[in-house]
Amino acid sequence: MSVAAGTNTSDLLDLDALLSSGELAVRNSVREFVKDKIRPSIAHWYEDAVFPRELAPALGSLGLLGMHLDGYGCASRSAVEYGLACLELEAGDSGLRTFVSVQGSLAMTAIHSFGSEEQKRSWLPGMATGELIGCFALTEPTAGSDPSAMTTFAQADGHNGSGWVLNGAKRWIGLASIADVAVVWAATNDGVRGFLVPAGTEGFTATPIEPKLSMRASIQCDITLDNVRLGPESLLPAARGLRGPFSCLNEARYGIAWGAMGAARDSYEAALAYSLERLQFGKPLAGYQLTQEKLVNMVLEIQKGTLLALQLGRRKDAGTLRPEQISMGKLNNVREAIAIAREARTILGGNGITLDYSPLRHANNLESVRTYEGTDEVHTLILGQHLTGIAAFR
Amino acid sequence: MKIIVLVKEVPDTYGDRKLNLETGLADREASEAVIDEISERSLELALSFADANAGTEVAVLTLASEGATATIRKALAMGAGSAIHVSDEALRGADLGLTAETLAAAIRRVGFDLVITGNVSTDGSGGMIPAMLAELLDVPHATGLSSVTISDGAVSGSRPVESGVQQVSANLPAVLSITEALPGARFPNFKGIMAAKKRPLEVLSLSDLGITADNPEAARSIMLTVAEKPPRAAGVKIIDEGDAGDRLADFLVENRLA
Ligand SMILES: Cc1cc2nc3c(=O)[nH]c(=O)nc-3n(C[C@H](O)[C@H](O)[C@H](O)COP(=O)(O)OP(=O)(O)OC[C@H]3O[C@@H](n4cnc5c(N)ncnc54)[C@H](O)[C@@H]3O)c2cc1C
Repeated sequence: MSVAAGTNTSDLLDLDALLSSGELAVRNSVREFVKDKIRPSIAHWYEDAVFPRELAPALGSLGLLGMHLDGYGCASRSAVEYGLACLELEAGDSGLRTFVSVQGSLAMTAIHSFGSEEQKRSWLPGMATGELIGCFALTEPTAGSDPSAMTTFAQADGHNGSGWVLNGAKRWIGLASIADVAVVWAATNDGVRGFLVPAGTEGFTATPIEPKLSMRASIQCDITLDNVRLGPESLLPAARGLRGPFSCLNEARYGIAWGAMGAARDSYEAALAYSLERLQFGKPLAGYQLTQEKLVNMVLEIQKGTLLALQLGRRKDAGTLRPEQISMGKLNNVREAIAIAREARTILGGNGITLDYSPLRHANNLESVRTYEGTDEVHTLILGQHLTGIAAFR
Repeated sequence: MKIIVLVKEVPDTYGDRKLNLETGLADREASEAVIDEISERSLELALSFADANAGTEVAVLTLASEGATATIRKALAMGAGSAIHVSDEALRGADLGLTAETLAAAIRRVGFDLVITGNVSTDGSGGMIPAMLAELLDVPHATGLSSVTISDGAVSGSRPVESGVQQVSANLPAVLSITEALPGARFPNFKGIMAAKKRPLEVLSLSDLGITADNPEAARSIMLTVAEKPPRAAGVKIIDEGDAGDRLADFLVENRLA
């Protein structure tokens, strides 16, 4: 059953027919939310570098925060539904999708997968409603693509029974300055471990990184950890080694494979609408072969990319999704999305460099999206290793 | 209290709307079908009353073609407790009289304390249904309200009219219609979407309601011809040669816009 059957000319393959009525209902609900609550203000948020904190409870009441998690007030939706939600959100703006990814896929997933019952109960319900915000601190000033080079260190605290003292620095940490809790990954004498650091803990400072040319409607911070003393209850008991944060990253990367297609679709739609109205040399731009080729190429890649994301989702729901498949989706879809956003911008001409139109904003955002959660190069290396059996990271 | 909210499915106001020149009806294929915004506001009014008053039952009633299930499920996902979908081939192109008669029969069958509707739909723009329903149901009607208070045995509110604002009230049971001044609807959240699958949705035909569409006794309006809106003609350009003000005023008067 397809709600938009026959009206959505860009759905050449009728991919909607692959979705259940429940999946379509989730998608339509997020699409409407974006139309009402994000589109009208996004240009101003982007221009003024505003993260609309007040949107968090609205996203929460929709069920978007930790939507794929079970219990603790989370919505228990399927991977495909989560993906569709990411796509619609990112059609609005990557910054808002990024917030939902950081909150749900990174911070909440870390607590849900590795936290104690006590930790889950005290943080997850508030994070699911959007009343509380979480962040996920892995990257460091000198450890980006290679998190194993991490220097932030958690020393078992002799004075404090089994407590900890954290020292070090993190960089690019989404939402850190407004977060109520930070999931901080740190090296210990026993390998990498995760810690929950509540906002206001002495020695923890988060400073927004400014100015940025990308992801302007969201916040990323530098964090310093200066003798941050934590009790034993702050340790995530079930995460050991880099496998912990990596499993959260896989959740977020999965969502990005979908999300990128949202930014691409929105760019395409802006270019299509403009090209049908804008007359040059006596005809609409859409009437020229060169423009048609651009539009056609965009739709081909959007349809292929969406199909790819859907296949990832079906496998994820079946429990058979493999990391190299996620790499394929993240690499391909973000790469194509940024190309589409830039191509869409050319159709808009000079008007395309203003904030009245979305494609350049999407393209700029996608510079971040292709960088975080594994750069193009890192995913290429993952796939290269998968194909050849030879690791070429070092 | 039992509230019935009339929910109409209409072609998306923001999309292309077209007439099918053969049938004279709105071409439902030309754009996406959505819940009329005014129906969403009506539902929001009922739901916010239900939120604050335990024991309130909210049912939605839709007269629409078979394909309207997704729209009805959306109303359920927003929070309505049950739905009635009246669907019958013989209702295709139903005039206001038949529509009101059918809706009234369905409302009577379900039972109600209060019926909430929009004052006018965005596609048909008839604007007569609320009053016709009140007449057929033999209850008072409070129409065109821009603010509403629902209490135990009555509804009251204000109705803006050209010369001012009227305060009106009616004892229940009653029919109430609202304007676009009322707040927009909540978004169906994911829990609601799941719950909606389990909420009762009853589909009724005309014979279930004991109504004959082509009753020879009943006066029905029949559409004889239909024409598409002519394409937009070029506008009138007024070039200011010192008298633009006067000419603008003349233009407005001539076109009865002043
Ligand atoms: C908007 C934004 C939000 C972010 N949010 C978070 C967050 O919430 N939490 C968090 O922990 N981190 C976050 N990050 C950090 C992000 O994950 C890192 O930026 C990313 O891992 C890349 O690290 P880097 O920036 O240090 O680049 P580097 O690792 O220094 O890479 C620089 C370039 O070198 C390339 N390169 C690196 N290694 C190789 C190699 N072996 N072979 C070939 N090329 C290579 C890279 O692909 C890249 O092109 C965010 C980043 C951004 C921009």
